[in-house]
Amino acid sequence: MLSHLRTIWQILRHSFQKPETIQYPEQKPYLAPRFRGRIILSRDPDGKERCVACYLCAAACPVDCIALQAAEDEHGRRYPAFFRINFSRCILCGFCEEACPTLAIQLTPDYEMCEYDRQNLVYEKEDLLISGPGKYPDYNFYRMAGLAVSGKDKGQAENESDPVDVHTLMP
Amino acid sequence: MNPILRQLIIIVVVMAAVLTASAGLIWLERRLLALWQDRYGPNRVGPFGLMQVMADMIKIFLKEDWIPPFADRPVFVIAPALLMVTVLMSFAVVPFAPGIVVSDLNVGLLFFLAMTSLGVYGIALGGWSSNNKYALLGAIRAIAQMLSYEVFMGLALMGVVILAGSFNLSQIVTAQRKLWFCIPQFPGLVIFIIAGFAETHRLPFDLPEAESELVAGFHSEYSGIKFGLFFVGEYLGITLISAMIVTFFFGGWLGPVLPPILWFVIKTFVFICGFILLRASLPRPRYDQLMSFAWKVLLPLALLNLVVTGGIVLAIG
Repeated sequence: MLSHLRTIWQILRHSFQKPETIQYPEQKPYLAPRFRGRIILSRDPDGKERCVACYLCAAACPVDCIALQAAEDEHGRRYPAFFRINFSRCILCGFCEEACPTLAIQLTPDYEMCEYDRQNLVYEKEDLLISGPGKYPDYNFYRMAGLAVSGKDKGQAENESDPVDVHTLMP
Repeated sequence: MNPILRQLIIIVVVMAAVLTASAGLIWLERRLLALWQDRYGPNRVGPFGLMQVMADMIKIFLKEDWIPPFADRPVFVIAPALLMVTVLMSFAVVPFAPGIVVSDLNVGLLFFLAMTSLGVYGIALGGWSSNNKYALLGAIRAIAQMLSYEVFMGLALMGVVILAGSFNLSQIVTAQRKLWFCIPQFPGLVIFIIAGFAETHRLPFDLPEAESELVAGFHSEYSGIKFGLFFVGEYLGITLISAMIVTFFFGGWLGPVLPPILWFVIKTFVFICGFILLRASLPRPRYDQLMSFAWKVLLPLALLNLVVTGGIVLAIG
């Protein structure tokens, strides 16, 4: 019985506390830098697309909202011919970002993407691709990886030694 | 002025005031609950969200008035009206101020008790005619709960009757001119408040509705304006019990400086807020706890209070 009275008293004291509510459209909430919102595709520091169309994001996606088609350009670099994210299905789980080996796909602190027409929630590659490197300013996949593309041969990547010639007997 | 005309005006004004107040309570309850839960509540429609009630009303009037095919049609339709009518009838005996009472019955207190007892029919028939197991369970609970809490609701008021020497509510109020009955009848007050909560089936005694167990209890099948009647009937019940607490224990319209009607409204408003505060703070007891609390604790206490009050009045008088 006493505990009930104590409860009532404690609730009554809440009359003088400030509401926790954030009055959304007028007041914006604080979003952490790692908030998982709208998905973007980022670019290399030198302005090339990071995405190598490996399909790992599409495979990781639990709701199958990512669709893409791989293609290869004249320099031997892979890129997505189209890249489509259906945001009416996307649950913003961030698995695609975790799966991405080239740090191309990234989630941003933006969640205001309501549409009156459901079809408008399907974002194409030109809607997704941004001009900057996103959260990783210095990362460049083709400069790190050992893959040969035109303009960069085997052994020319960062921290990479020249390939060993297996046909010679010399040490 | 023509006495009949005067009476008619009082009836219309009382009904309009009570219904408006009960509708306003929907807004008040949401705002107060929000305040105590550190939220804002409805604050978008109109100033302070006051027009929310209007919006809700328009919405509920325009809803489809659906009667389930398996329901017992006539009873299903009558039940919510029955609840409303019985609660509204009780307001006939509430003395708002000297002379401002619809019917100054000599047995006003008994009339009030009789009408709250009849109120259980609205719920019982509503639950029964819905032909739905949850509704029926809610109705069963409502009947058992309201019948058992009615017993000592009446008994708790008998102490007041002994002190005032009358069943007439206006005379009960005037008998409190020297001392409000909340002091000599404190146990009676506590018991009456608890019984009042059970009678209005409000949290913490909302077992007939118990939305976490019984969908929506006795009004699971109701929608549209019929649901609205149950809803407003509940708030009417709160207003009624608060008005009765004020009348029986807190000197009704009595008070210094301000006009009597204002005192009555202020006091009633405080108790309505109390109803909402208890909703915000207390959890719902289990059903057997509710019943054993009624019969094993409150009934003996009410009887003891009656015996002691009677004994003291006999010894002094």
